[in-house]
Amino acid sequence: MTDLPASKVDLKSVISAPARVDNSEGMSYLQSVPRRIVTLSLPLTIIVVVLLFPFYWMALTSVKPDEQLLDLDRYNPFWTWNPTFKHFHKLLFESYYPHWLWNTMYVAICATVLSIIASVLAAYAIVRLRYKGANLVGGLIFLAYLVPPSILFIPLATVVFQYGLFDSPLALILTYPTILIPFSTWLLMGYFKTIPFELEECALIDGASRWQILIKIVLPLAIPGLISAFIFCFTLCWNEFIYALTFLQSTSNKTVPVAIVNEFVDGDIYRWGSLMAGALAGSLPLVILYAFFVEHYVSAMTGAVKE
Amino acid sequence: MADVAIPRAKPQISEDSAWTQLKHNRNWLGFWFMVPAMAFLIFFLAYPLGLGIWLSFTDTRIGRVGHFVATENYEWLWDDSIFWLSVFNTLLYTFVASALKFAIGLYLALLLNENMPFKAMLRAMVLIPFIVPTVLSALAFWWIFDSQFSIISWSLRHLGLINQNINFLGDTTWARICVIFANIWRGVPFVAITLLAGLQTVSPSLYEAATLDGATRWQNFRYITYPLLTPIIAVVMTFSVLFTFTDFQLIWAMTRGGPVNATHLMATLSYQRAIIAGQLGEGAAISSAMIPFLLAAIMVSWFGLQRRKWQQGESND
Repeated sequence: MTDLPASKVDLKSVISAPARVDNSEGMSYLQSVPRRIVTLSLPLTIIVVVLLFPFYWMALTSVKPDEQLLDLDRYNPFWTWNPTFKHFHKLLFESYYPHWLWNTMYVAICATVLSIIASVLAAYAIVRLRYKGANLVGGLIFLAYLVPPSILFIPLATVVFQYGLFDSPLALILTYPTILIPFSTWLLMGYFKTIPFELEECALIDGASRWQILIKIVLPLAIPGLISAFIFCFTLCWNEFIYALTFLQSTSNKTVPVAIVNEFVDGDIYRWGSLMAGALAGSLPLVILYAFFVEHYVSAMTGAVKE
Repeated sequence: MADVAIPRAKPQISEDSAWTQLKHNRNWLGFWFMVPAMAFLIFFLAYPLGLGIWLSFTDTRIGRVGHFVATENYEWLWDDSIFWLSVFNTLLYTFVASALKFAIGLYLALLLNENMPFKAMLRAMVLIPFIVPTVLSALAFWWIFDSQFSIISWSLRHLGLINQNINFLGDTTWARICVIFANIWRGVPFVAITLLAGLQTVSPSLYEAATLDGATRWQNFRYITYPLLTPIIAVVMTFSVLFTFTDFQLIWAMTRGGPVNATHLMATLSYQRAIIAGQLGEGAAISSAMIPFLLAAIMVSWFGLQRRKWQQGESND
């Protein structure tokens, strides 16, 4: 944020002020440039730098040679001139890391798909079928969202053990939907409400069944909502920690977050490079997904809150 | 012929109408549509929730079925100083982190709401800490707060502000500050982006009218932005308090409750007692003890929201 773009924008908003249709800039054109730098650019820069610094640090550490990592006196810690991919190489070819990535992906996709199917049906029934008690069920589903995993993991561990699911990815695939369904149901309810009811009425009069209406009319129109729900559920699954930590035991079955914390960290001080490389590689899929679908992600996040 | 045809036609009609009735009976249809979601929520949420409360009244251990011991677990916890320390830590963590998340998040939302270049990109970048798995960013903080190789200590030493490295995660006070900082870092984007979404629903003409009437920036915020934003603030803060209160992964990845239990939250303590030490009953009692706090948090924000709504009808205070 230099003063150049800031001044440009001031100019632009002043010029466009009389004929403004979109009033989103409000009256900011009344402010002077130096004042804007102090009240806007500077604090914003500080906050953004603080928010992004850990990622820079993660990335830098993962490509630094070991000796530079631990010798802060001879090398400038903020930069390196000889990056190495040794840590990534070790991660991909000498550890279970690909396994963990695959596990995480597999669990996340299965749990997300299951949850979306269940949520589509539930949301449609609550919004459009309006059966007896639909509002009550809707409220209960919202309450389910407020039950945190940190209260449930102990009894769930015994349940998982009883069902013979311990140390199997299926334990996560079946328990994650309890976190995902309440959220995506509320999100999809909002989307279904925006679809004109007349479309469905016409189809009903033409003799379509509810099922046909859902598949052929409602779902195609709700695709943006489905994408939002999918992205958000996938992110939550990838992020989940406490269930994965409790229900999985063998090294090869773990998900990325749990595996990195447990397998790389044994008080071994020389593995910071691998650790940061692992953390970076584990975050990248989500960041890439997010980069492509930002607006869907944001609408998912705020959509559920607005309800 | 007619005699035969009529009785044959009759059941056909009634069968048909029964089938169509079933097909169009919303209550039955609604029930079938709800089955998958309800099955998940009953088997893996409602049942475990009840089971958890039951377990807290038993002396179950890993690999051993427990007996009903009434409130023994709770009496035991009542005299356990580590438990009370974890309650204190949880409240401190929740209160400080939520308050600062709200303040910084609101400030950031107001900044991002201004007109500026690269607006969309900035908003997208700000959200990244929220996307990245908490554990992985907690590891980055672990490295940033390392006792020997911390970049913060290094920078402060080279600026001449300190002589010795700060033992960030080894000192009780510093460890608390560090985990709270990491939690705020992770939570601010969520609060900011959600409040930003709320801010954009406020019509700019309100500000223009107020400014023409001579309102200052602070008055604009106090009498326009804040009242109109209250519903969304209530929802965001309920979520924020709830998730901060039950946080587990950040603490577990950064300190595992140490040093000397200074950062143990109720969630981490219950994991330690239940899974690592195998005392499922006691762990369940600790996590059940979180329920009243959570209910209180939900009630406060719920009634706060109702009150505001009611007040808005009367006056704009």
